[in-house]
Amino acid sequence: MKEIFTILVSAILVDNFVLSKFLGCCPFLGVSKKMDSALGMSGAVIFVMGLASAATWPIQTYLLTPLKLDYMGTIVFILIIAALVQLVETIMKKYLPALHRALGIYLPLITTNCAVLGVTLLNIESQYTFIQAVVNGIGAGIGFMVALVLFAGVRRKLESCDIPKSFQGLPITLVAASLVSLSFMGFAGLAENMFK
Amino acid sequence: MVTLLNGVWVVTGLGLACAIVLVVFSKLMEVKSDERAEKIREVLPGANCGACGYAGCDDYAKAVAAGEAEGNLCVPGGAQTADDIAAITGKAAGAVAKKVAVVACQGSYDNTWDKMDYSGIESCKACDKFFAGRAVCPYGCMGFGDCVESCMFGAISIQNGVAVVDQALCTGCGACVNNCPKSVIKLVDAEKPTAFVLCQNHDKGGITRKGCTIGCIGCQKCAKACPVEAIHMDQNLAVVDQDTCINCGKCIKECPTHAISHILQKVEV
Repeated sequence: MKEIFTILVSAILVDNFVLSKFLGCCPFLGVSKKMDSALGMSGAVIFVMGLASAATWPIQTYLLTPLKLDYMGTIVFILIIAALVQLVETIMKKYLPALHRALGIYLPLITTNCAVLGVTLLNIESQYTFIQAVVNGIGAGIGFMVALVLFAGVRRKLESCDIPKSFQGLPITLVAASLVSLSFMGFAGLAENMFK
Repeated sequence: MVTLLNGVWVVTGLGLACAIVLVVFSKLMEVKSDERAEKIREVLPGANCGACGYAGCDDYAKAVAAGEAEGNLCVPGGAQTADDIAAITGKAAGAVAKKVAVVACQGSYDNTWDKMDYSGIESCKACDKFFAGRAVCPYGCMGFGDCVESCMFGAISIQNGVAVVDQALCTGCGACVNNCPKSVIKLVDAEKPTAFVLCQNHDKGGITRKGCTIGCIGCQKCAKACPVEAIHMDQNLAVVDQDTCINCGKCIKECPTHAISHILQKVEV
């Protein structure tokens, strides 16, 4: 149980996917303009990361490893994730139209997102068990949400600032992103020393 | 060689399995979407301006297809779109009232001036919260361009401190009207040329004159000159009734401050 909690905290804060591992920077910069879309996108990412972790772990353990095909992980996982997201979207459209409207436009966006692929590959690399892999996937999604929501707030502040012309738009956004990322370095060592 | 082929088999097999599952599920889970909705969506302009009262062109197309909305609500698309939609739904097209936005303020820096050196947030809405804006006239255009930002058709520009609508580009969607904190922009009938009072100032004449050389001072000369009694006074401000006005131009000649003008000069109707 301790270990699960450590993985969760580590995925959310210490090894935050966006701010520490720099995966998923594209949606991080693209969708953080408005709080609504930030929340919608994060919801979709949490969902897909959890599902993708659960789907890829058995594939790796029971198919690729016995056949000594570990090096095929990346390409097989892309295939699985893309098909999975498509499948989920179809099912959701039929049975959960409200959720489909809320997450719908974000789902296809993240089918081939590097953060989703990253979390599944890191699950294997860290040699997690099935439960740990799923927890890590969900934790990484929550970490993505934390980063996105925090940054949406930062950008709202930026909008009312008097920014020098050469810094307007993307440059100041990247500077702000790097500062937020820097602040997350403060969590380093938290996960290892949490239960000491 | 064997392990190499294994890789090929595994990926091919997985791909095939995924494809079969996806096809089966998409057939099983098919949601019947209204074909007409897609067709209607294609004839709509796709500006997602919201003038129809729906959240966007997709929403409006669905509502029309479901029979919840009339087919003539698209203002940017005009009569052409209404006809196209009517052809798809099989209903007669209602007339689309073509509208155009008019800025009811001529307070450029030639005619009025700022009462403060405002250096806060560059937005009309923000500036309006601060002592009713930077302009001397508390009713007039502040010229930060919230309307310019809201316009999806690039029809509005700020010229010398006042918003100006390019009537050739304006589709009459009304986005600017909703975004003007001073309600200076009005939608008018684009097919009926009339006289229009380009002023919003309800102050008494003396106060208006102190802040603007071209504002309505409420002298009522226009109301007396009008042969069809289309002009009435609303708290020191002349208002032209578009339905009654015959566009004779007598009020325009009579107005001592040149606050009245023909609108729709540029629009070819």
